[in-house]
Amino acid sequence: MPSLPNAATPDVARLAERAAAAQSHDPHVADVALKPAFFDWLCRMGDNSLILGHRISEWCGHGPVLEEDIALANTALDLIGHTQMWLGLAAEVEDAGRSADELAFLRDAMKFRNLKLVELPNGDMAVTLMREFLFDAFHFELLTALTKSSSPRVAEIAAKALKEVSYHLERSSDLVVRLGDGTEESHNRMQAALNKVWGYTGEMFAADAVDEAVAEAGIAPALADLLPLWQRTVGEVLDEATLSQPEQRFDAQTGGKQGRHTEHLGYIVAEMQFLQRAYPGASW
Amino acid sequence: MYAQMVKSEGMKSLEEMSPEERAFQERVDRGEKIEPKEWMPEGYRKTLIRQIGQHAHSEIVGQLPEGNWITRAPTLERKAILLAKVQDEAGHGLYLYSAAETLGVSRDELFEKLHSGAMKYSSIFNYPTLTWADMGAVGWLVDGAAIMNQVPLQRTSYGPYSRAMIRICKEESFHQRQGYAIMMKMAQGTPEQKEMAQDALNRFWYPSLMMFGPSDKDSVHSAQSMAWKIKMNTNDELRQKFVDETVPQAEYLGLTVPDETLTWNEARGHYDFAEPDWAEFFEVIKGNGPCNEERLGARRKAWDKGAWFRDGLTAYAEKAAARRAASNVAAE
Repeated sequence: MPSLPNAATPDVARLAERAAAAQSHDPHVADVALKPAFFDWLCRMGDNSLILGHRISEWCGHGPVLEEDIALANTALDLIGHTQMWLGLAAEVEDAGRSADELAFLRDAMKFRNLKLVELPNGDMAVTLMREFLFDAFHFELLTALTKSSSPRVAEIAAKALKEVSYHLERSSDLVVRLGDGTEESHNRMQAALNKVWGYTGEMFAADAVDEAVAEAGIAPALADLLPLWQRTVGEVLDEATLSQPEQRFDAQTGGKQGRHTEHLGYIVAEMQFLQRAYPGASW
Repeated sequence: MYAQMVKSEGMKSLEEMSPEERAFQERVDRGEKIEPKEWMPEGYRKTLIRQIGQHAHSEIVGQLPEGNWITRAPTLERKAILLAKVQDEAGHGLYLYSAAETLGVSRDELFEKLHSGAMKYSSIFNYPTLTWADMGAVGWLVDGAAIMNQVPLQRTSYGPYSRAMIRICKEESFHQRQGYAIMMKMAQGTPEQKEMAQDALNRFWYPSLMMFGPSDKDSVHSAQSMAWKIKMNTNDELRQKFVDETVPQAEYLGLTVPDETLTWNEARGHYDFAEPDWAEFFEVIKGNGPCNEERLGARRKAWDKGAWFRDGLTAYAEKAAARRAASNVAAE
């Protein structure tokens, strides 16, 4: 082709074979009895990243300062990268001929398994940051535990994602502290944001049969074990930020993991899936 | 090219120059780089601030037309690539504002001028992105046109600008390939995808040609900027080069350039092509393009709504500095 070399990677098939050969053998992937729970749990991991990544990407070009435009895009990009890995493994475990893209772009909202927390609208930067911080603090502990998973494939993905999520947590806690202890307005906005999203945080620790099955198999930690770690981080950061932990229940809003979402998710899915739905079977 | 119609100061001959000006021009002629703390003519400084500032604004505003499709990208991979690209654009803005700061103008001052309309950004970003194929066309044509200008600017006389361009060009040429890869997929796809690809080319062709600015015969500021090596080629040279490189790429895609007069001129060794509608260009520059209001409105809104955020961070930094000072005093 004239002057612009072909951007397509040559030898894709050979590269894929080599990658497959290098992949760890994982007995859990083909465990028929575990399949429904394992698949569901992998969708939870992938969908949390996908939906939070989607929300954060909505900020692109609209951030309050240039460095934030860059950081927000970067965070969203990390999360979409994690989605590709988690949903890729989910597709493999399901073994029904669906790809990661088909899971992302062709499931209806009720089949999504993300937490309600991550689908909440962005609001102002205070809501966006507080939502991210409370999730990051959980995500960090979860991925840390998952690096010791009995599933080598899960442990590999967790190790890759943990590097980036450590940075997400560092950034979001730093900003929560600075804005909480900034001006009166920034403090009030951060407190209002905390009050708004607090009731959605308990869902992260509310274990159901799926969580218990993967914990039983040694794939994932018991969620209850993560709670004190999360509480410690959140407590320390909120203290330093001069913010008060709301007195309301933190687990008032649950159900996302089982597919019972807020009204907001339907709109996210409608927007995200538009091209795949409008042009079925096209390749992009 | 992300800087259009940048005004530069009047041009002097070597005899008319002061000894300082002459020594400066001779350094530029020898290909030496001018660094921030060195003496430079006021006109050189002002012209560079306008040009680098306009380029930086273009990168920032340029996030919007592509950001428009991130939430609707058709696959996870395309979404990741587009996010990375838009993030790169913001990064380019950051390098360029930093380069402008070395000339004594702050980023906030430049933002203020963008928001008030005193400074412009490239006309191209006032066109809408209507289908997914536009993500291909923008990468292929818009980044492609930008590269035409930016590659020679790697050799520009001002050191920080030249170094920013070197980094930017690496990413831009990657963006162009990504854009072209989207166009290939679409052009080889379903009839609907091919229709979208052709439509994107139809809409972006002439606005891309406008990116180089009006014809040299109408461009009054070129000579001085070229003498200073902050403009390396004329507008018409770059536009011709762009057409010559792009037409075969369109043919490879099986798409038709929307110009019935387009013909290969054997004698010139170049394509003959139709000029864009310059009346439309001047309207877009004046603020009457299809998306001027949305683009500038979005940037103003982001800035105004972000004031509390920036103020909060500044207040914290001041408090933290005061606390550190107090604890140093206590320790003494």
